[in-house]
This record gives sequence, C-alpha cells and structure tokens, in this order.
Amino acid sequence: MVQYPYEGQGFKDWSGALEKYSDSFLIDLFYKMLRIRLIEEEIENRYFDDLMKTPIHLVIGQEATAVGACAALSTSDLLYSGHRTHGAYLGKGGDLKKMLSEMHCKANGCAGSRGGSMHLIDPDVGMAWSSAIVGGAIPIATGAALASQYKSDQNVTMVFFGDGGTEEGVCSESLNFASLKQLPIIFFCENNFYSVQSPLRTRQSQRDIFRWAEGHGINSSVVDGTNVLEVYEATKSAVEKIRDGGGPHFIEAKVYRFRAHGGAGDDSQTGYREVEEREMWERHCPVESYYSFLDQNNLGIKSQRPELQKQIEQEIRDCFEHALKSPEPKKADLFKYVYAD
Amino acid sequence: MPWDESLVNSLVYDEPDPKQGRVLSYVQSLNEALRIALEDNESVIVMGQGVDDPSAMFGSTKGLQDRFGESRVFDTPLSEEGMMGVCTGAAMRGLRPVYMHNRPDFILLAFNQLITHAAKCHFMDNGLTQVPLVVWAAIGRGWGSGAQHSQAIQGLLMGVPGLKILMPSTPYDAKGLMLQAIQDNSPTIIFEHRWLMKKNGFVPEGKYLVPIGQGVCRREGEDLTIVGASHAIELAYQASKLLAADGVDVEIIDLRSIQPIDDQLIEDSIRKTGRLLVVDTGWAIGGVCAEIGFRAVEKWFSYLKGAVRRVGLPDVPTPAGYALEQHYYPTAQNIVDVVKDMCRK
Repeated sequence: MVQYPYEGQGFKDWSGALEKYSDSFLIDLFYKMLRIRLIEEEIENRYFDDLMKTPIHLVIGQEATAVGACAALSTSDLLYSGHRTHGAYLGKGGDLKKMLSEMHCKANGCAGSRGGSMHLIDPDVGMAWSSAIVGGAIPIATGAALASQYKSDQNVTMVFFGDGGTEEGVCSESLNFASLKQLPIIFFCENNFYSVQSPLRTRQSQRDIFRWAEGHGINSSVVDGTNVLEVYEATKSAVEKIRDGGGPHFIEAKVYRFRAHGGAGDDSQTGYREVEEREMWERHCPVESYYSFLDQNNLGIKSQRPELQKQIEQEIRDCFEHALKSPEPKKADLFKYVYAD
Repeated sequence: MPWDESLVNSLVYDEPDPKQGRVLSYVQSLNEALRIALEDNESVIVMGQGVDDPSAMFGSTKGLQDRFGESRVFDTPLSEEGMMGVCTGAAMRGLRPVYMHNRPDFILLAFNQLITHAAKCHFMDNGLTQVPLVVWAAIGRGWGSGAQHSQAIQGLLMGVPGLKILMPSTPYDAKGLMLQAIQDNSPTIIFEHRWLMKKNGFVPEGKYLVPIGQGVCRREGEDLTIVGASHAIELAYQASKLLAADGVDVEIIDLRSIQPIDDQLIEDSIRKTGRLLVVDTGWAIGGVCAEIGFRAVEKWFSYLKGAVRRVGLPDVPTPAGYALEQHYYPTAQNIVDVVKDMCRK
C-alpha cells in the first residue's frame, strides 16, 4: 500500500506566473538541479569503488528544495543543514572540488577530512555548518540568527532538517526561542516521510508538521517540495518579510528521497515502503517535471540541455580527478584544532 | 533566610587582613569579572535562567542587566540543550556567550550540544569556526540538595577532547579565570562550588587574567602532596593545619584547571615529597582522582614511596537526608586520616 502518495499539483497552475522571471533565472534553476542530480549519481556510481570512505546520504529526488530555497538567499545569508547535506552545500554554492576531496578523505577537503560527507562547510558562500545528529544544527542556526540580530548584520539564517528533526526536543526549544526573540531565521523542514526506515505514522500523530510549528507562534506554510518555483516563492516571501524586520518562518516541503536513507541505491524492496510509492514520486521528479514545464512553455530548454549536461559531466570528471590526485592529511594534522588559538 | 543561604553563611574560612589588600567575597569577584568583561568587549553576552532575577545566580549577575541592557544580559527558557546550541551557534558567529546554570545537574540536559557539538565544531571543520563559549555552574552540597542538585560532573567531562574545565578555589582565581575563560576561543566550563560563594579573599581591582592550565602551590610541604581543586582545596587546607599540629607537613597543589592539567607542577611536587593524595569534590571513580592518580603511576612512578591514594565521593548517588550526608561527603578529618596512614607506611 502506498503510504505517502504524491498529493501536489506539480506545475499545473504555474504557466501564468512565468513572466515575472527572466529566462536565465528559470534555466539556472534547472541547471542547478540537474547538476546536483548528476553529481549525486556519479557519487553513487563510484561509491562501491570504496575510495570515498564516508557515509553518504544522497539527495536524489530532493533537488528542488536545496535549489529553490537557496535561490532566495544571498551569498552572505547563512545556511545550516542536517546529515543530508550534499544538496544544501551545492545549492548554497559550495565548492565541488572541496566537497569531493572531503568525500575522498583528502587534506584539501572542505573540512580537511575531519568532517566527511555529513559536515560539508564553505564559509565563503555562507554554507555555515551541518550536524550529523538529527536536529543538532537547529539550535546552532538559531544562535547564528541571534548573533545576526545582535550585530544587526541583515543576514537571514536558514536551516534544513527532516521530518525526524522536528521530533527532537531542540527543534521545539529552538522554535520557541526564535519566536520569543523574533529572530531572523527560516526553519526549513524537508518532510520525506521516513526517518531511515521508520515511517512518519509510527513517529508522529496525524497532523501537519507546519501546523505544529505554527503552534510556536511562527509564520508557517507548506509547499510541494518537488516544485522548485513553489519552494523558491515560499522562501523568497519569508526572506523578504524577515529583512523587513519580521520574525522567524517555518516552511514544510513535502519531498521524497528516491534512494535509501544512506548509501547507494534504493532499499524500498526491503519492505518498509512500497516500490510503487517511489515510482509514483519519480513520475513527479523535481528535475524532470521542471524540465517538461520549461519545455512546454517554450524556454528552449530542449536545445540547451545536451550542452548543459556535457558541461556538468566534464566538471564532475575534473573534480573527481582532482580529488583522487589530492594529498592525504598527515599524522600531525590529527592533533590540530582540538582547541582554538 | 533560604536554607542554602544560612548553610553557606555558617561556613568559617580564614579571613584575609584588609590592610594587606582589597577584600571581596567570591561572588562579588565573579560579579566584578562579568562587569569588566561586558564593559571590555561588546561581543560578550550573559544568559541563563534567572540571571536577571533577585537571586541573580547567587549574586554573581546582580545589577548587570540594569547596566548593560536586556540584549546583553538575559533570562532564558528552561531549554538547556536548545540554549546550549544557541550559545554555540552565536559563539561560532562572533559572540562570546557566558551561559550560566545554578547547578551542573542542568548541564546534563545539554550534553548533546555541549559534547557532540560545541566541543567538536572547531576540530570537525578544520579550524574554520571557533566556539568562544563559557558555561558556568555552581556545584551544590548539603541540606537536601540530594542526588539531582549536587552532582559534581567534572569527571564525566574530563574525557571530552576540546573542552577546557576550570575549578577555582579563591575569589582571586574566580575573577581571573572567568576573565580568561571569556577571552579564550575554546568552549570552557567553570564549575564553582556553592560553599565557596561567601569566602573572602584578596581581589585586585580592574582586569587581570589567570592562565588556563596553570596550577598553583597553596602550601609548601615536605612529607606528602595533596592535589585537587575548588572546595576540595579548602578541605585540604583545613586538614593541613590539623596535620601540622601532629608534625606532618603537606604540600597543597591547587590545579585550578582540570583540563588541561598542569603536569609539571604535580611532577615537581611529587619528586620532592614522594607521596600523592588526590582530593576532589566529585566521585573518586573515573574523574579527577582517577586521572591524576593514573598519571602519577604512568609518569612519576619512580618518585613514589608508596601507593597513590584518593579522597573523593563514594560510588553512590548523593543522599538528600542530613544524617546520610554526614557519611557521604569527605571531611578535613578524612583527609587527615588518609594522610597519616600514608605517611606511616
């Protein structure tokens, strides 16, 4: 039985809204989602070479949230993430070379091989931090928002977490504190219905997550997380209100991961969810449904796609090659940064 | 008068001679340290449940909100883990939070953010961020504090790489270590002891720093070295007076910082006396006593004339009742007895 069917409307009503975007903006969203998809697929393809000795949590199927939400942020805005951090890092503009070096445990990885794939960080583009403990980044992001408010630096902080993250006490604690202090933060919940293999129904009562968030006195909404434009609009609206002095926002995006919680490949066949359910969501794939939408609206995407794809594939090959050739950290590196100078 | 106030008021300490310098109580020196830090650096904020209430963290935060405003000194929700994360995130973005708790027991609620996040951020991101955070709490003892309001948890935290842990025993150190901790770029925990709050001592005016990782010799002696920190040093000092009357001359090493530990100071003392007793306000198992004792065996065995001993809490939770408490906490007399036993052998 399909437990969590796709219930969104896709791009059905979006053609009329297209005129407010430039063609290059619309194509760029596609390019960024496609890039994440191809990077993730290549990581997956190479995972069993065992050269990336790190756990992976692929975002295949969840590209629209990372790309749509980050498109509404500026570079100096801050992004925090949970363990499923590839999309957040790339969406915020994180350096692909440094990411792949990190995943290959190399000295020039974005965290010097101390973080691995769950701790991708790139302060130059505002990819501020991530935590592998579910919910762990939520109060840290809230603290960053407190610092922004204190310093009046105009930055908006956003934090990605999953449906499981909302079950952690710190999520509620952070929502309360952000609401109390009216902090400039967006809590962005990617609800993909499963925490590892535990479905939402065994973990939460039957009510909407964004309604629960609303109970903390926070402006909350729900979006179709497969629709990059819907994600972008919701985030943009939240960012604008926050920059105007508004308090925190909570966005729930309903998404689906096409792969297992961790590692390469899907694990639906083990029985915790139906293959049929995944296939249903795959028919609403964020990359391909957006591609079809652009194509139907004559954005010329069909003619551009082969070249875009070629470019991305070349970049990915180059970055993997760079990572493989990069030096490993040395023994002395192990003892650095236990304490700060 | 609240029970704990009357208990703390009843404690008797050696009084410093005011002619020899300015005398402040322990809590006054803490208050002064926080005031100086807030004046000194705009990035410093002080938070915690009740920092702005009439009790003001035993008086240590008294008047600070009036002086520095609600954005810099503020009450918090009772969300220890969440607020520890908020402090960590704010520290990573350039603030210097001092997060205060009435009792270390409440820090246990925040271990995920303290241990798994704050202590490790700098390491995990290859030094890209720093967490200049001070976590402060006062260990409770006596009159019913019991199993859930008296825990001295320093031993649990000594094994966490990335944390610094300070346990001052004098008003002078309370101020100097607080100022140093706020200036330090790593997460630093200060465990005070409730029973030291009204102890008086010489405290210079203005800003001065006590370096982290440097202990101090409180009493020079030839026969045996007592190592410890915080209120355990007060007990050792009382014991030393009783022992001196019996002709036993102990040296007292106040660690001040239990992570990192001043190995050199301990080594020099053991080399001289050949005997080591470790004292602590926490459990003897797995904490300060266990760590210093093991270091002695591992590094300084050849100097030792006999077995290392320890005086800490028994392997039992704190009882709430008065009669049971008397059997639970070590006293100066306990230290005297152990020292005499060690010197006899």
